[in-house]
Amino acid sequence: MKNKEKMELAHWAVEIALKNGAKEASVSIDEAIQSEIEIREQKLEKIQESIESGLYIKLFVEGKYSSHSTNRLNKNELERFIKEAILGTKYLAEDKDRSLPDYGICYHGDKRDLKLYDSSYDQVDPQDKIALAKAVEAETMGMDDRIITVSGSYGDVLYRSYKVMSNGMEGFNEATSYYVSAGASVKGKDSRPSSGHFMSSRFWKEMNAEGVGKIAVERALEKIGAKKIKSAKMDMLIENRSVGRVFYSLLAPLYGYNIQQKRSFLEGKIGQKIASDLLTITDNPFIESGRNSRLYDGEGLAAKKMSVIENGVLKSYYISDYYGKKLEMQPTTGYPSNLLFKLGDKDRNALVKSMKEGILVTGFNGGNSNSATGDFSVGVEGFYVKNGIIQHPVSGMNITGNHKELWNQLVAVGNDPLTDRSWQTPSLLFEGIDFSGL
Amino acid sequence: MNELTRRDFIRKGSISMAGMAILPSFLSMGCNQLTEQSGLDEYLAHFNVDKEMLQKVMKLALSRGGDYCDLFFEHSLSNSVSLQDKEVNRAYSSIDFGMGVRVLKGDQTGYAYTEDVSLEAMLKVAKTAASIANETKKYPSIDLTEKTHPNYYKFQTSWEKISIEQKIPYLKKLNDKVFALDKRVDKVQVSLSDETTYMLFANSEGIITYDYRPVFSLSSSCVLIDGDKKEDFRSSRSFRSGYDVLNENMLDEMAKEAVEGAKRQFKAGKPKAGEMPVVLAAGSSGILLHEAIGHAFEADFNRKKTSIFSDKMGKNVAKDFVTIVDDGTNPNVRGSINIDDEGVDVQKTNLVENGILTSYIHDRISAKHYKVAPTGNGRRESFRHNPVPRMRNTYMENGPHTKEEIISSVKDGIFVDNFTNGEVQIGAGDFTFYVKSGYIIENGKITKPIKDINLIGNGPEALGEIEMVANDFAMDNGTWTCGKSGQSVPVSLGLPTIKVGKLTVGGVNG
Repeated sequence: MKNKEKMELAHWAVEIALKNGAKEASVSIDEAIQSEIEIREQKLEKIQESIESGLYIKLFVEGKYSSHSTNRLNKNELERFIKEAILGTKYLAEDKDRSLPDYGICYHGDKRDLKLYDSSYDQVDPQDKIALAKAVEAETMGMDDRIITVSGSYGDVLYRSYKVMSNGMEGFNEATSYYVSAGASVKGKDSRPSSGHFMSSRFWKEMNAEGVGKIAVERALEKIGAKKIKSAKMDMLIENRSVGRVFYSLLAPLYGYNIQQKRSFLEGKIGQKIASDLLTITDNPFIESGRNSRLYDGEGLAAKKMSVIENGVLKSYYISDYYGKKLEMQPTTGYPSNLLFKLGDKDRNALVKSMKEGILVTGFNGGNSNSATGDFSVGVEGFYVKNGIIQHPVSGMNITGNHKELWNQLVAVGNDPLTDRSWQTPSLLFEGIDFSGL
Repeated sequence: MNELTRRDFIRKGSISMAGMAILPSFLSMGCNQLTEQSGLDEYLAHFNVDKEMLQKVMKLALSRGGDYCDLFFEHSLSNSVSLQDKEVNRAYSSIDFGMGVRVLKGDQTGYAYTEDVSLEAMLKVAKTAASIANETKKYPSIDLTEKTHPNYYKFQTSWEKISIEQKIPYLKKLNDKVFALDKRVDKVQVSLSDETTYMLFANSEGIITYDYRPVFSLSSSCVLIDGDKKEDFRSSRSFRSGYDVLNENMLDEMAKEAVEGAKRQFKAGKPKAGEMPVVLAAGSSGILLHEAIGHAFEADFNRKKTSIFSDKMGKNVAKDFVTIVDDGTNPNVRGSINIDDEGVDVQKTNLVENGILTSYIHDRISAKHYKVAPTGNGRRESFRHNPVPRMRNTYMENGPHTKEEIISSVKDGIFVDNFTNGEVQIGAGDFTFYVKSGYIIENGKITKPIKDINLIGNGPEALGEIEMVANDFAMDNGTWTCGKSGQSVPVSLGLPTIKVGKLTVGGVNG
């Protein structure tokens, strides 16, 4: 529920900034209430609770810019903090592109309910939370002699944010989130593979621990006996839950910051083909209960649905208001909300059957990507597939290449998106990938 | 572990007035401003508490039958000021203030924290933390005695005395030096960050102590453009020290590292894919130790038997010239701490001594579990987290070989000398680290440069495969930050030149 005093404090902070020499100011006050429980051997391993709040202020002073945060919200301290911040800002160089976004493109009070907030948050019995975490572990007991340990965890957060900008923008949002997760460790011949699984919801009534622990254990057991195979060019099917790790490296070069700083291999590529026809991605901030759903972003820009990539053609960058001014481009938003893929017609297992020889990647290990050049190299684990059949687990291998080529090597998109994530990635099949092994 | 360009904790720009540092102090709370010379009474006054209040909070924390409790107070002031497009035109500062109460019952942890240090608020979080135990127990009152500790942060001038005006010229100079080194330099970014943390700690064993913790970081990165090709590179320095660490020489070194690194990338290609010998250069190659064994030696994983090293204590895990340490006592090094976040003295801990696994990395919980003394590795990101076993500065001691002998012993392999990040899977033992730059070795000679490849190996296997260790140890002073359990802490690492018999090198086939 909106706290009137907090909103007034945000307005007050903006006024103090303007009164003391700032030409413009933007203030956010964020609050979070959280709890975490971890269970091992049906005993509490850890319990943690917290309530916190902080104020974040952006100051635009004499054509100069700085930002500051504090968790000391007493008005006397805040006033001193803001005054000192304004004085310090004056030592910086002017930046003609620093100003608040035009009010016309900011959030104007759209009241649609994105169903992000569970009003029963305060009424959940702590014992029920503990029971949920215990249930995660309990369903794995006696499942397999090779289990070393399974931990069951529960967590929740209630988040509230108050935003006031001197251009007239005012916003409030509140959201809840609950999760249960399992971490399983099992004994192999000479290693101790582990895996995890989780489920999350914005609503307590939708929480269900069933299957979370079992899936974590099954995934860990499947890894026993993993081995490295010979280096080769092969097909690669990335399971839906792992796609994000590689996909992020395609997103980073779309950010205005990277484009303006010449750290993007996708600079100047709007309207050009950057990927296979099969790749179509939409950014939709309005999905009900979506993990990154929002009505406005961190700069106060009103949220919009946008096409990012359509049939392999790059349609939009992520341009914040500031980098939009620097690049002389229309701002979109500085960062993604929910990402949806155009889906194919096969799930992970059906895609495995379509593979002649390759690796089903179920996890990544380390690695990195160079957003300026597109070069990447990442550790992988998963399963060796031959003639559509999984042969054995693999580990200790790398994939290496360049994103300019990788996304053109996409030959199939799954129909199995992760609907409880902000990036609703399906499984993706690529051909001709360089695997390093023996 | 990530070497990050823009860290969470590098939050913020310096604030200054009339040439004086005036980071907000808490005059309205009646608090004094602490300095590196402040004593216990000043710390208590700063946090507006006294021993009697702490005793009351601890008494409530243990009232449900906990074995142990501690109180951790923290006040952090962070500043950063940055240059982009040739102008120092952005700054950020932040204040973080609060305290946490931890209660232990055997291996179990109750933790809660508050941003309000009034007695009422502290009692409330103590009650929450106490709920990890479930008995009624009366504890005698705890006498608090000050514990002193050595000082590993040696400096003349603290960052709090330095205004933003004094910092700005260093950023401009570094920018100019980078541009001066090559005509192809197109973009430069520079960031200077400092953070000062005041920490006050008390526990149910009767210890009360405090620490003044500075961290300074300077980073520069550049993009060079040559025709239709571009390459980037980064250099950084970080120390637990004051303003006096900044000097012209550091700027020269950093500018050269960034530009020479980027220049080399234009000529670099990919090696062939597969297993081969890898020579790791002295210095930042210590990331091998951090990922291959460091995390897997953290005793919380071993206590739960989830580490691949869980059954290897006292066993021979490497050749007899291999000695690996985790050290919190190196003066001014980024991962050093005067005292850990559980009030335990830090030390130089031998993890592997002449090839034998001799110690895990312990916090209080794991030390009690293994019936050994804690090693001073109980660390936390802030008052928002409970401490867990963490590395400090992890490195290998010198060995009997020379760099030249090592390189000339490799017929077909690679030499690697710059890294960005790594990761490990504790149970499977598979670790990786990402090589920003290196060279191919052919018939004992360094030849073509290589770039952007991931190396992967298995911890116990790689440790056994360390075939040669040189006598040219170097500590790396980059901005290394280690992430575990959602907490980031500053660390460092180091290595002499070594040869690992085989690792799997990311590359191309055919």
